[in-house]
Amino acid sequence: MSLLKPQAVSAPRQWIRRYGMLLVLLAMMVLASLLSDRFLTSNNLMNVTRQVAINAILAAGMTVVILSGGIDLSVGSVLALTGAVGAGMMAAGGNWLVAVLAMLGLGTLLGVVNGFFVAYGQLPPFIVTLAMMAFARGATLVYTNGRPITVLNNAFQWFGHGSVGPVPAPVAIMIIVYLAFYIFLNRATLGRLIYAVGGNERAARMSGVRVNFIKVLVYAMSGFTAGLAGIVMTSRLFSAQPTAGASYELDAIAAVILGGTSLSGGRGSVTGTIIGAFIIGILGNVLNLLNVSSFYQDVAKGVVILVAVLLDRLIHAGGKGALRKGVASRAQQA
Amino acid sequence: MGSPPVENNILLRMVGISKAFPGVVALDGVDFEVRAGEVHALLGENGAGKSTLVKIMTGVYEKDAGDIYVRGRKVDIRSPLDAQRLGIRIIHQEFTLINDLSVAENIFLDAMGGRMFGWVPCRRMRAESRELLRRLGLHHVSVDTPVRDLSVAEQQIVEIARALREEAAVIIMDEPTAALTDAEVERLMDIIRQLRAGGTGIVYISHKLDEIMAIADRATVLRDGRLVGTNPMGELTREEMVRMMVGRPLTKLYVRNHRPGREVALEVRDMSVPGRVHGASLVAHKGEVVGITGLMGAGQSELVRAIFGAVPRTGGEIKLHGRSVDIRSPQDAIRHGIALVTENRKEEGLVLILSVVANSSLAALDKVSRFGFVDVAEERRQAADYVERLAIKTPSLDQEVDSLSGGNQQKVVLSKWLATEADVIVMAEPTRGIDVGAKAEVYALIDELAGQGKTILLVSSELPEVINLSDRIYVMHEGRIVAELDAATTSQEEIGHYATGGTYHESA
Ligand SMILES: Nc1ncnc2c1ncn2[C@@H]1O[C@H](COP(=O)(O)OP(=O)(O)O)[C@@H](O)[C@H]1O
Ligand SMILES: [Mg+2]
Repeated sequence: MSLLKPQAVSAPRQWIRRYGMLLVLLAMMVLASLLSDRFLTSNNLMNVTRQVAINAILAAGMTVVILSGGIDLSVGSVLALTGAVGAGMMAAGGNWLVAVLAMLGLGTLLGVVNGFFVAYGQLPPFIVTLAMMAFARGATLVYTNGRPITVLNNAFQWFGHGSVGPVPAPVAIMIIVYLAFYIFLNRATLGRLIYAVGGNERAARMSGVRVNFIKVLVYAMSGFTAGLAGIVMTSRLFSAQPTAGASYELDAIAAVILGGTSLSGGRGSVTGTIIGAFIIGILGNVLNLLNVSSFYQDVAKGVVILVAVLLDRLIHAGGKGALRKGVASRAQQA
Repeated sequence: MGSPPVENNILLRMVGISKAFPGVVALDGVDFEVRAGEVHALLGENGAGKSTLVKIMTGVYEKDAGDIYVRGRKVDIRSPLDAQRLGIRIIHQEFTLINDLSVAENIFLDAMGGRMFGWVPCRRMRAESRELLRRLGLHHVSVDTPVRDLSVAEQQIVEIARALREEAAVIIMDEPTAALTDAEVERLMDIIRQLRAGGTGIVYISHKLDEIMAIADRATVLRDGRLVGTNPMGELTREEMVRMMVGRPLTKLYVRNHRPGREVALEVRDMSVPGRVHGASLVAHKGEVVGITGLMGAGQSELVRAIFGAVPRTGGEIKLHGRSVDIRSPQDAIRHGIALVTENRKEEGLVLILSVVANSSLAALDKVSRFGFVDVAEERRQAADYVERLAIKTPSLDQEVDSLSGGNQQKVVLSKWLATEADVIVMAEPTRGIDVGAKAEVYALIDELAGQGKTILLVSSELPEVINLSDRIYVMHEGRIVAELDAATTSQEEIGHYATGGTYHESA
C-alpha cells in the first residue's frame, strides 16, 4: 500500500527545499576556492572546522530550545562563567576531571534555572534568558575580578588541542554532540515531544505531554552545551577570559536560523544547524583570507543571514510572487 | 449551437478548473458559476475540494488549469489582492479582523493598509461604518468598540460590512454559522437575503443541509474533486443532496448495536469549577454512551475538562471502577485511562505542522517506545492501522495534518486517543464542522467503541446526535446538571425544556 511509504520526493522544489542550505554552503565553498587558493588546503579547512566547533556546539543546544518555541540568549555568558569557575578550580590545584564535570554541571544547572522560570514562572524566554545573560556575565566578572585565569593543566589541554586520530578534539566533540542530538531529536521519546511542544503547546498539554518538564529539559540541554563549549574554549585559550563568548548567542541563533529551523518552533533539525554553522564559519574564514577587516566581516555576516533566509523563504513559498503571497496569506491569518 | 448569448447576470464563471497537490488531485475540471442575486450553495464531503475551489477564486492558490471569467471577461487571479480588486470577497471561518482596532478601522482596514499613503478621514470612516452596521442590523454596536469586545456573530457581521464597503460583487461564506446561536443564524439569514436582493452573488458553504434548504437558490455538489452537478434547489431533496455528496444512498446515519453494561466505570460526585460548574454528579457504565448536553456555555465543556484534569476544580470526587482517583492534569487522566477528544481540533487537538504519524502517536508515545526511544517502525505500523481502520484520507503518513480536510483531521485526533487505549473516552462536539459521510463514520465508531466495553461521554449541542447515540442523557443549565433522561423515551422538546431552565418533574 503506497500509503505506508514515506512521501516520494519527486518535485525538484521539494528537493531544493530539503537541501537548499547545503547548496548555499557548497556554492560558498566553490566561490571561496575561486577567490583564494589558500581556501581548499587541508590546513585551512581543518582550521575552519576547529573554529566552527565552538559555535556549532552552542548552536546544537540552541536548536533544541528554538524547536520548543523558546530562545536562549544566555549561552555566551554561561560559557564564560563555566570557563571561569573551571579555570579557578584548576588554578587552585583541583583535579581536571572534577573541574570538567563541575563545568558541565554548572552549565546545566544555569539552564535548569532558565527553564524553571520559563516553564513554571511562565515568563517569556527572551526576558528570562536576557536576565541570565546579564547575571552570568556579571558573576563571571565578580569571580575573575575582571582578569583572565590561566590554566596550566596538561590533561585539560586535550579539549582544545588534542585529537582523536586525525580529528582535532573540538571537532570530535562537535561530531559527538551532533550525533547524540540527532538521535535524541529523531528517535528519543522526549526529543519527539519537543517538536510537539514547539508546534502546539496547548495540544501537547492536552495530549498529556509534560510540557513544563520538556521546557526545563531544553534549557538544561542548552546550558549543558554552553558548559561544554566553555570547556573547549578555556582549553584552547589556556585560560578563562572574563569577556569570553560575548555575542556568541547571536552566532548560534544565526546558525539555527540559517539551518532552516523555524523561530516559532516545531520545525527544524540539527542537520540544518550544522550547515548553518559552517556557512557562518566559512564566510568569516574567506573574508580573513582576503584580508577584509573584521568590522566588515560583521557587516557581511548580517547581509548573508538576510539573503540566505530570504532565499529559503522564496524556496519554501515556491515560485514567483511567492514572497508577496507569503506575506499576503500570513496577513490573512493574522 | 452557435455562441451562447452573453449572460449579463453571471458575475463569476469558472471553467474546467483543476488543481493538484502532491499526492492528491483536489480539483479535476470543475465548472462553477455565480449569478448576481443568487445564493449558490457549494456542497461536498470533507476533502471534496470546496475550500480549494474557493481558494482559487480568492487568489490564495493558483489553478493548474482552467479559466476564470468575471462578468464575461477572462481574468487572472494570482493573489488575494487581485481577487479583492475584482470584487470577490471571502468571509472566513477564522476571522481576519484585528482585535485591537475599532470596528470602523477594521471595516476600512484595506483602504488604510492597501495604499501605503492612503488617508481616510476619520469622520467619514465612522459615518460610513455606522451606516453599514445599521444596514446589517447591528445598530447597538458603536463603531469605536474594539473588535475584541464583540461576540463571534458580531465580528462576522463586521466582516460582512467590510466586504460591503468594498462593494464586493461575490461574497463567499465558508461555514458561516458554525459558531452562531439560533437567533444569530436567523439574523445572518436575513442579511443574506438582503444582500441577494441587492444583487450580490453569494457562495454558501455549509454542512448543515437545513440551512442550505432554507437559503440557497442553487447547489453545486463536488465529490473527490469532481463536479457531480449543479441544480436549482427546487429540484433537490435532502436525500438527493446526500446521495450526490456521498456517492451512495446513506441509509443509516446512526448505528446502534452496543448494549450498555451494568458495571459502573466512571463516577463523578459533586464536581465544581469556579463560576462554571456547580456540584455536578454523574455516573457512566461500561459499554455505555452517556450524552451531556445543554445550551452553549452551560458548563458541559468545563465539566468534562475538569474530569480530564485540564481545568482546576474546587471540589468533587472522581471514581474509576469504584476506586477514587486523584486527577490533577491531563497526564493523570490519561494514565488512569481517560481520553478527551477536545472540541477545537486546531487549537487543542492537533499539532498542525506535524505529520499524521506524529499526531496519532502523540498521546501514547510511551506505548510505542522502549527504553526512552521510539520504535519508529511500530509507530508507523500503528498509525497505518488507524489510517486504514478510520478511513483517513491522506496521501501519506508523513503528510502534515494542516493540509487534511476537517473530517480527516478529526479522525487523526480520534486515532490519537484510540492509541491510548483509554476505557473512558470523552468526546466534545466530535462532529463539529465535518460532513455527513464523516459524521456517519464517527457515529459508527462511537457505537463500535461502546460495543467493545468502552465508556463514552458524548458532549454535544446537536440534539439529534445526542438522542440517537446515547443511552442516557444529562442536561445542564447554568453549570448544574438539571435532568437525567432516558434517551429511548426523551425528545428534543423535553431536552430543550430543561436546557432552558425548565423545572424538573420526575418522569416515570
Ligand atoms: N495545501 C494543501 N496541500 C496538500 N493537499 C491539500 C492542500 N489543500 C487541500 N489539500 C487536499 O485537497 C483535497 C481537497 O481539500 P479541500 O479543498 O480542503 O476540501 P473541502 O474544503 O471540500 O473539505 C483534500 O484531499 C485535501 O487533503
Ligand atoms: Mg474546507
